[in-house]
Amino acid sequence: MKANQGRYEIILAGSGGQGLVLSGMMLAEAAILEGKNTVQTQSYGIASRGGLSLAEVIIDDREIIFQQVQEPDVVLALTEESLERYQALAGQGVPVFYDTTLARARSGANLFGHPFTRIASELGNSASVNILALGALAAACPIVKTESLEMVIRGRFRKEAAELNMKALRMGIGLVRGA
Amino acid sequence: MQGNQAMTEGAIYAGARFYAGYPITPSSEVAEICSRVMPKIGGIYLQMEDEIASIAAVVGASLAGAKAFTATSGPGFSLMQENLGLAVMGEVPCVVINVQRSGPSTGLATKPAQSDIMQLRWGRHGDQMVIALCPATVRECFELAVRAFNLAEKFRIPVILAPDEIVGHMRENFAVPEPGELEVIDRRGPSGPVDRYRPFAADGDGIAPLAAYGGDYVFHVTSSMHGPDGYSNNDPANAAWRVEQLHRKIERHLDEIVMTRRYDTDDMDVLLVTVGATTRSGRAAALEARRRGIKAGVLQLLTVWPFPDREVAALAERVRSVIVPEMNYSGQIAGEVQRVLGGGTDIRKVNSYNGQIITPQDILKAIVADSPCGPI
Repeated sequence: MKANQGRYEIILAGSGGQGLVLSGMMLAEAAILEGKNTVQTQSYGIASRGGLSLAEVIIDDREIIFQQVQEPDVVLALTEESLERYQALAGQGVPVFYDTTLARARSGANLFGHPFTRIASELGNSASVNILALGALAAACPIVKTESLEMVIRGRFRKEAAELNMKALRMGIGLVRGA
Repeated sequence: MQGNQAMTEGAIYAGARFYAGYPITPSSEVAEICSRVMPKIGGIYLQMEDEIASIAAVVGASLAGAKAFTATSGPGFSLMQENLGLAVMGEVPCVVINVQRSGPSTGLATKPAQSDIMQLRWGRHGDQMVIALCPATVRECFELAVRAFNLAEKFRIPVILAPDEIVGHMRENFAVPEPGELEVIDRRGPSGPVDRYRPFAADGDGIAPLAAYGGDYVFHVTSSMHGPDGYSNNDPANAAWRVEQLHRKIERHLDEIVMTRRYDTDDMDVLLVTVGATTRSGRAAALEARRRGIKAGVLQLLTVWPFPDREVAALAERVRSVIVPEMNYSGQIAGEVQRVLGGGTDIRKVNSYNGQIITPQDILKAIVADSPCGPI
């Protein structure tokens, strides 16, 4: 991934209930804090849990005309199904971060597996996996500053929830940068 | 902010204080937000047993003086048609948000479509007109919601705000307009003696002032044909006057009602006519076509009904080809464009009806196929 580019296209894929739309919203909100334009779209099936669920985020210095991701700069895949759908992008140079708790581990260039869901469970709440994985993504790619994500967490959550999510975010960042 | 949220906040900005609805994907966020916000601002949120009751409650609330609205999607919108007809006949201002999803029937409940275009216009039986607006951005969701109420209140007519699922669920950054920044129009009430009030006596503009139930003016509203006083009237001359008046109040104010937006249309050879999210695909395709030396432009129909005949005709006569991309099988907008341009003009259709979005590449293919140089 190029550093300091003006536009980023991000795909967050997994299954319904993993909180990926919220991750997409938080990523976009962090970018808005940095003065960027953002569009976030979503795609999901008719089940509220399970099934392929997708959040797309575009961040741009300029006006965003077409709202869908066409050339992703980075992908997060939290399930085997979503990883199968997007792993080919790794071969084209797109970093693909995925969850080795729920997807089979792979080797290959640009494939970065971490046991996101297991670590989130060990932290005390597997539901924070979306924020933990977002931390890893933000630490690895210069899309938004991790400080901006921290501000978004402080604005969105209160007390224990804010603390837990902040811990998850920092744990995710630590996975990439080394804690 | 999400499109559905922007429409809700736009409605509240316009003064809406009554919401009755039955939640349905992909419009449910409107009900959810109203359930939280309405009680805090002196408004009313009613969860009804179905969509028939929802629109009935909206019509009743409006006649009692409230700016009232509901939100739904395909299956619910079908159920609302009968009472929407009542609102047309009774000239009751109201706004219905129909977030278009893929059909027929319950179809692909979470996927987008633009296949209710004809239902927006002709869903109700009998000769009648409503106004329908289609936003493409979150900002337009807010602005058109305000506009929808303004038009409904001014012209005493149901206005349907009909984004596709993409726009309803899309989130974009945008600054919410300050109070006073956008014009807000309130309905005109009667001012004369109470015993002389005639709720359907249209003045020069074709619109009668509307009193509120519960006030000094006592009046009658019926779905059957009625005279200027609101009471049943079977006289043929009266019936003709009523039907004409229901149409003329719109036809005489097209300048105020019909809104379009143009992108790069000054020097174009290829015209794209778009509504809703397809506008964004079209704009991206037109920009790419220009990079390849084909002068393409976009006419976005913010008002889809009454159809922008004049605007389409004025631009189409200057171009080599006209392309209409839309998310339905039958070409509901293309058919209207064809009607406006006559049989002599070829219109290229780009359609998607599998719940998938039309991409800029889909449209670009149609643009280059029509290019005199052939595919590039």
